Amino acid sequence: MSVGFAGTGRAKAEGPLKLAVPRGALFEETLDLLDAAGIETAAVRGESRALIFDEGEIVLVTMRPSDVPTYVEAGAADIGITGKDVLLEQSDRMVYELLDLGYGRCRMVLAGRAGDERLGESARRLGMMRIATKYPRIAERHFESTGRQVEVIEVKGSVELAPLIGLADGIVDLVASGRTLEENMLEVREEILECTARFVANRVAHKLRGEEVDGLAARLREASIG
Amino acid sequence: MIHRIPPGTRDIMPDEMRELRRLHLAMIDVFESRGYGEVATPSIEYDDVLARGDGRAASSSYRFFDERGDLLALRSDMTVPIARLVASRYSGAEMPLRLCYLANAFRAVRPQRGQMREFAQAGIELIGASAPEGTVEIIEVLEAALDAAGLNRAVIGLGDADLYRQLLEELGIEGEARDAVLARLATHDLVGLEAELSEIEGIGAEQVETCVALSQLRGGREVLDRALEMGGDAVQRAGARLDETYEELDARGVADRVQIDLGLLRDLGYYSGAILEVYDPALGHILGGGGRYDRLLRRFGVDLPAAGFALYLERVHVAQIEEEERKS
Repeated sequence: MSVGFAGTGRAKAEGPLKLAVPRGALFEETLDLLDAAGIETAAVRGESRALIFDEGEIVLVTMRPSDVPTYVEAGAADIGITGKDVLLEQSDRMVYELLDLGYGRCRMVLAGRAGDERLGESARRLGMMRIATKYPRIAERHFESTGRQVEVIEVKGSVELAPLIGLADGIVDLVASGRTLEENMLEVREEILECTARFVANRVAHKLRGEEVDGLAARLREASIG
Repeated sequence: MIHRIPPGTRDIMPDEMRELRRLHLAMIDVFESRGYGEVATPSIEYDDVLARGDGRAASSSYRFFDERGDLLALRSDMTVPIARLVASRYSGAEMPLRLCYLANAFRAVRPQRGQMREFAQAGIELIGASAPEGTVEIIEVLEAALDAAGLNRAVIGLGDADLYRQLLEELGIEGEARDAVLARLATHDLVGLEAELSEIEGIGAEQVETCVALSQLRGGREVLDRALEMGGDAVQRAGARLDETYEELDARGVADRVQIDLGLLRDLGYYSGAILEVYDPALGHILGGGGRYDRLLRRFGVDLPAAGFALYLERVHVAQIEEEERKS
């Protein structure tokens, strides 16, 4: 369990900046961007199972994208890169969102079985849709803001499964190419929002290490445009 | 046998209590030596009285009925109860009035975030002293308190609560759009801020850029020059207020640890003019905050300028331990 008590975290804003790097779908493009910004990534790209890579001016800490806000909020990482979907799902995390990096573009959508009216039928006859998702808060907010009642069912794994075998009427999920949906005979019914990779910073690091954070943000902005 | 206590509350055992007690005494010593008399107010008050202080519904997270059916609330900070106390007990008294406190306050917590529902604050309220002298005085006391806690590296962010209210007014942004922009500024969501501003009719790319850039300005005296270059009445006025305060701090030799921050926006509704936040490099969270609330006492029927700050004592304690380890 965590040390100390709560609400504090015990991270130190000293030494080189610690950058939380998302493994998974954003990993390759993130490393390409860091390369373009002049940050060494050869070690991270290697076969090593290490999680922390000291590159001198900066320390790269690799983690699941959904953990990035947690580490950055506590100041365990000073800055980080993660998807907008993660930030929206964890919108109560106090991190500063400084930059839209533009890559990792994908859409959060509502999808249902192709050629099947179950979504609409449930809404009409039961006044309620059952929606399976890995993003319960985004889903809840979307239906609330469009005035519809839903039962949000949180699942951890392949969410496409849920409507196929009757757990849910539809799903809310992130779609890049749409191939997974297609292969599972699902189709997009509504677009909820578009997501890209974002550069975030810890509040205290943003204040106390302003020059370094701003400097890196400028380099990343340059690299993401170029 | 284990018996539960509510999440966000805790027991304090002797080893920690001994250290906390030393910290308490050190804080009160600093405050008392500068003429701030310690006061205590009830943890529970009438909800309608507390609600006067913070217009927004966020005043208290815990409300309940007493045996007569009156609605009571647990205080969420000490500034509002002290405003109530000053109005009730010191009306007509000689000003300025210097008060300090060490008290627990209560706020709602988000689940599984390790946040505290009940937490200790040490702070001061300086009533009846206007800017910049009053502001400078509380910053001086704050620095002394941080030193007494051994946090020599702590930094005080100094911003202006009226900057964006006035800037948005100047740009003709009002209503929902204004609230949306302020919300983005408060959470420091620059991507969202740019998007919100760009959607507003009549706001050009240049104004969007100015607003975003302004919120990123933080540092020494030089950031004020850079802000002024961006122009506009609101920036001029806030810049002049900050400049005046900073100059006075400089004159008294206490400006070194103060960082001017044009991106600062406290989420409490009652601030006006100077606002403060406290950081220590050993901790990823803010240690405390404060500022001016020249319009707060008016809501309680006495029209007096005021300023103050509060430190989260448990966080100060954690930072203190980190700093000790660093020195050893």
